[in-house]
Amino acid sequence: MLADIRPNEEHAKKFVVRTPMCTSVQVGQQMSEHEVNTNPVVLINRGVLHTEGGWPKEIDCTEIEQVIRYRKRQEKDEHYIRAVVALCASAEEVIKENNAIDIYEQYWEGETEEYATEAPTAHSLTQLLDPSPSRRGTQYMCWHPDGSRRVAVAYSTLEFQRQVESGPSDSYVWDLGSPAQPEATLSATSPLISLNFNPKDPQVLGGGQINGQFVVFDMRRGSADVDATPIEKSHRGPVHDFAWLQSETGTEAMTVSSDGRVLWWDTRRLGEPRDELALAEWGVASGALSGAVSLDYSPAAGPTKFLVGTEPGSVLLCNREAETPADRIGASYSGHHGPVYGLARSPFYPNFFVSCGDWTARVWNEDLHTPLITTAYHTAHITSVHWSPTRPSVFFSARADGMLDAWDYYLNSQTAPALSMQVADCALTSLRVHENGGLIAVGCADGTTSVLQLSSSLVDLQPGETAATLAMLERELAREKILEKAQKEDKVRARKTSPAVVAPDEPHEVPTAAAEAETTADSSDDIAQLEKEFSESTI
Amino acid sequence: MDDTAFVEEAMKRIHSHRGVRGTVVVNGDGIPIRTTLDRDEANQYAALASQLTSRARRAVKNLAAGAASEVEDELQVVRVRSKKHEVIILPDFDKNREFMLIVIQDPSAHQPLFSEKLAG
Repeated sequence: MLADIRPNEEHAKKFVVRTPMCTSVQVGQQMSEHEVNTNPVVLINRGVLHTEGGWPKEIDCTEIEQVIRYRKRQEKDEHYIRAVVALCASAEEVIKENNAIDIYEQYWEGETEEYATEAPTAHSLTQLLDPSPSRRGTQYMCWHPDGSRRVAVAYSTLEFQRQVESGPSDSYVWDLGSPAQPEATLSATSPLISLNFNPKDPQVLGGGQINGQFVVFDMRRGSADVDATPIEKSHRGPVHDFAWLQSETGTEAMTVSSDGRVLWWDTRRLGEPRDELALAEWGVASGALSGAVSLDYSPAAGPTKFLVGTEPGSVLLCNREAETPADRIGASYSGHHGPVYGLARSPFYPNFFVSCGDWTARVWNEDLHTPLITTAYHTAHITSVHWSPTRPSVFFSARADGMLDAWDYYLNSQTAPALSMQVADCALTSLRVHENGGLIAVGCADGTTSVLQLSSSLVDLQPGETAATLAMLERELAREKILEKAQKEDKVRARKTSPAVVAPDEPHEVPTAAAEAETTADSSDDIAQLEKEFSESTI
Repeated sequence: MDDTAFVEEAMKRIHSHRGVRGTVVVNGDGIPIRTTLDRDEANQYAALASQLTSRARRAVKNLAAGAASEVEDELQVVRVRSKKHEVIILPDFDKNREFMLIVIQDPSAHQPLFSEKLAG
């Protein structure tokens, strides 16, 4: 024996039983690949039309007698009889099953209405690439008015000194079912910067060209335009936006351009504009016109009323059928520090509209000259804005740094977007929401158009949303009105105390019914009460 | 002559059920032998259903081969439910002479829904 090691009682006492546990050890370095570049797959659609065939060689299937004789012979076949009788028996079972119970029945349909709890998301459905070799931006998009998944996209370059005279000027109509190839080509004489389907006849499209002409396409009659306005009577600047008007014939349209004019056309006779309006602003010396960059025409607000966003940064509320020509430009809403690139009336409350310019998007009411809600200043310009057609409290804005923001004033806050998504690495130029609310097309400066599918929380109308959003907007409206009144009173008081100093008139101050309202007693009380209401409603 | 009467009888039975809109009997070449639909529609059903069935049959066979089972598997029925109809395709693969019965049924036509039953 070499050694005798006795068990140590002391050590045995120190022994601790360890509860079972699992650990894992990784020795090798973890590696993973995140990105992969693949070649674009070019798909071509082919179809085969098969009408009738499979007949034996000696039988001509167009000869009815031969066909009948062949069938008779087949029906006499013993095997046929046996097979069909057996099959009929088993078919009967299936039919009886179907008649006994509807296994696809929806049991609790429309029973419970609940708030969406999932976080809003969006995922890219498809990308439409500009097929032409030159680099052009997506300028304007329009969904097919009958709700199908088709979108018309106008391509052009608006950047200074980058416009090429001989460059391609085709724009396309895409079907999302076959994103590899455009469904139709629209060959304009000059690149298009606005494009809209005619809502009465979706085969007809109107386009605003960079050279100021308004052209009409008919998809049934080839890719070239079927009619165009004469260049000497058209706009002298790019037709930044246009709208088809609500009329019996569906042939009337209005165009706006950076030359500061609004022109009305009838496509049955494009030789001359039907009407003209010069966009002269309040307080600006006559002759100086504001170039228009955006237009909103919503029949819900009135068939003759429209909103124009101008290059100096104001929104003009116009009425074509005003009593006097001077009243045709009814009101001006200033606040943006740059051109108003996007303008959209709310589809639920026609008095409220959203605009975007500089670095913010703002929500306005027609009666008030200050914005109700202003988003925080972003680091990039906002280029386009649109309301959701299905949820009154949701709108979308596209930014020049490639981000798409979805704002939800009902389920989310007013201060931060409910969803911010990096759609592209380049600037986004435009966005359009499909009429069912679930799809959104986003145009980029590099010529791609991304189509995104929104999650249901951004699409489905929430319980009580319509009333609550209206109450929220009206509360903001009342608050702004009281603030405006208080400001006026302060000014009057200041004038009284120091009569020597004459306050200069603000250039954008326009008298309205709201501002002219009698200055009643303490408005500070009103503010206090309103703030109390506000805090109560937010709890 | 008796035998063809069996076929007539069986077909009559099928048509006596609720919601049955039409039947087509197709042979192995995809020719509609006997039908209650008009010619174009019958051709359409015959062409599409025979393609679908042959693919489904191949799928079933491949699955059975993957499972390495002793017994050879065979496609029994293809039921295609759409918003409007249910298309029941019953193939019969016997030797080389195949036949196929297509029944087009409208299952919602006469069926009281669960909710309707509750209301009633």
